[in-house]
Amino acid sequence: MNKATDTQQLAYIAGQAADARVNLEIETEGMTLNIGPQHPATHGTLRIIVKLDGEQVIAAEPMMGYMHRGYEKLTEVRTYPQVTALINRIDWLGSFANEVPFIQAAENLMEVEAPPRAQWIRTALFEMSRIANVVLFLGDMGVQLGAVTPVFFAFRDREFILNQIEAVTGGRFHPNFNRIGGLKDDLPKGWIEETRGVLGRIQNFCDEIETLVAGNEIFQARTRGIGIIPADMGLAYGLSGANIRSSGVDWDIRRDGGIGLVHNELDWKVWTHPDGDSYARFWVRLQEVRESCIMIEQILDGIPAGPVMAKVPRIIKVPAGESYVETENPLGVMGYYIVSQGDLTPFRVKIRSASFNNVSITPWLLKGVYVPDVVSILASLYFILGDIDR
Amino acid sequence: MTEEETAAPEADAARDALVATLTEALGDNLVASEVKAGVDLWVRVTSQAWVETAQVLRNQCGMKYFNFLSVIDWLPSPFGRDMDAQVDQPDPVEPGEMTWGITGGQTRFQMLARLHDPVNHVGINIKADLDDDQPTIDSWITVYPGANWHEREAAEMFGVHFTGHPNLTKLYLPGAFEGNPMRKDFPLLARRVKPWPGLVDVEPLPGEDDDETEAS
Repeated sequence: MNKATDTQQLAYIAGQAADARVNLEIETEGMTLNIGPQHPATHGTLRIIVKLDGEQVIAAEPMMGYMHRGYEKLTEVRTYPQVTALINRIDWLGSFANEVPFIQAAENLMEVEAPPRAQWIRTALFEMSRIANVVLFLGDMGVQLGAVTPVFFAFRDREFILNQIEAVTGGRFHPNFNRIGGLKDDLPKGWIEETRGVLGRIQNFCDEIETLVAGNEIFQARTRGIGIIPADMGLAYGLSGANIRSSGVDWDIRRDGGIGLVHNELDWKVWTHPDGDSYARFWVRLQEVRESCIMIEQILDGIPAGPVMAKVPRIIKVPAGESYVETENPLGVMGYYIVSQGDLTPFRVKIRSASFNNVSITPWLLKGVYVPDVVSILASLYFILGDIDR
Repeated sequence: MTEEETAAPEADAARDALVATLTEALGDNLVASEVKAGVDLWVRVTSQAWVETAQVLRNQCGMKYFNFLSVIDWLPSPFGRDMDAQVDQPDPVEPGEMTWGITGGQTRFQMLARLHDPVNHVGINIKADLDDDQPTIDSWITVYPGANWHEREAAEMFGVHFTGHPNLTKLYLPGAFEGNPMRKDFPLLARRVKPWPGLVDVEPLPGEDDDETEAS
């Protein structure tokens, strides 16, 4: 009996908490406001219908599907190497990181392991795609709240990271560089030295943003105490990444997952924040970019010599089986559940993308907040539409 | 017996304990389980015990984190999806025998959900067989509110009905859309009207028959 009461209690408290934010006593005739599909705060085409009572939101319902591309269906008619070209486009700002869990899941099934050098380079590019992704968030969050300058800084400095990614992979946004069993190519000459310089720029950018945005009084007034997510609610909704760490949950797959990449050989720290509000989410991401710079510096020092590709058959047939691999992507936990029946193509791929779960909390989270805070909360949850709709 | 087979399998105390807890709580409703030591854990339960499984895992095993929920359609594609085919076969053929994956199965549709323990870092994959004609199962919303959208997606893509879901409307597809696109017998129209371009301009690999390059 206790079990049922426990969950009911949680649901009850959650309902009460959401209701308490709405003042039912002076409720007046409502109004429906349509946000989107095209809105700067949505990174794509998310449409949210909010019902207002005065300045307060009494109900919010995201309408999705404007960017649904059916990747789960399409993977069933693509060979395994072809799938990476598709899944690149899920989270388009950190596309290298999208490929890694899929490739690792396929490698698990084939019982192939990428050579150490490939693992290290993968980790470096994985963290660089995190920087490319989150740097834009750090600038963009300012724009949502009326500070136009930071986003120009973000675009300026992200370009250096994208140049480095392009120098290795040949693609700024869609590298398609992972292969089952390793990487397509080795690093180009002189890349390591150039990257060190770029990391310095990114660290300067973080300092700049910290004083310019995070230290700004208006920014703090608009984000502190706004959109608080309790850790229990966040976990039950499946929030991940910086969104859950900013609610005080000390969980990072890079440290705890134990699969694949070489994060455990590096010296770095998982940042959490106890507050769970919009400011905490911004702050945690800011620290994560710095942490990524620290990681990449260590990787540049430590890349072992050797081949970047293991021996794999020319035509890739994955043995029958099931494998699930998730990694800590820029937006949160991204995983692929692959069901293989021994063919050239996967039998079924379930794509577990971070933003889908992250956004599913919005109907609960937006209830009772004021209209200007809707933008601040949506921006701080940081989702990318391709990652919601897949 | 070779050495590899006789060697004792790697023990995995955390995952074995999970299976033991589930066996105790669910009894016969736990149909099958498989532990890959140090990698992952799969269990299959009956669809009647679907919600109970979630409650046990959440309240007794610390599985506070809802990861995802979806469906697998085990029917082999009746369109002969093969990279060698220029286009999908215009007329569906009689689908072959179904082969199930880890922990087996008996029906065409199978639930697949994953939960995670964010403290001890153990995940679990849960499966449950669904009725072939009228796939119906209880909703997980009372246990994990995050299951809401996942169930809506599974409902429109696979035609599974979730009892007790408050708002089982379409999530991605337009309201008037008919059919369940992720079912294997739903044709992928793009493949049927046009040859797959990846086959048309494919570059011959070294050592392959290079008649085409000579001709051009």
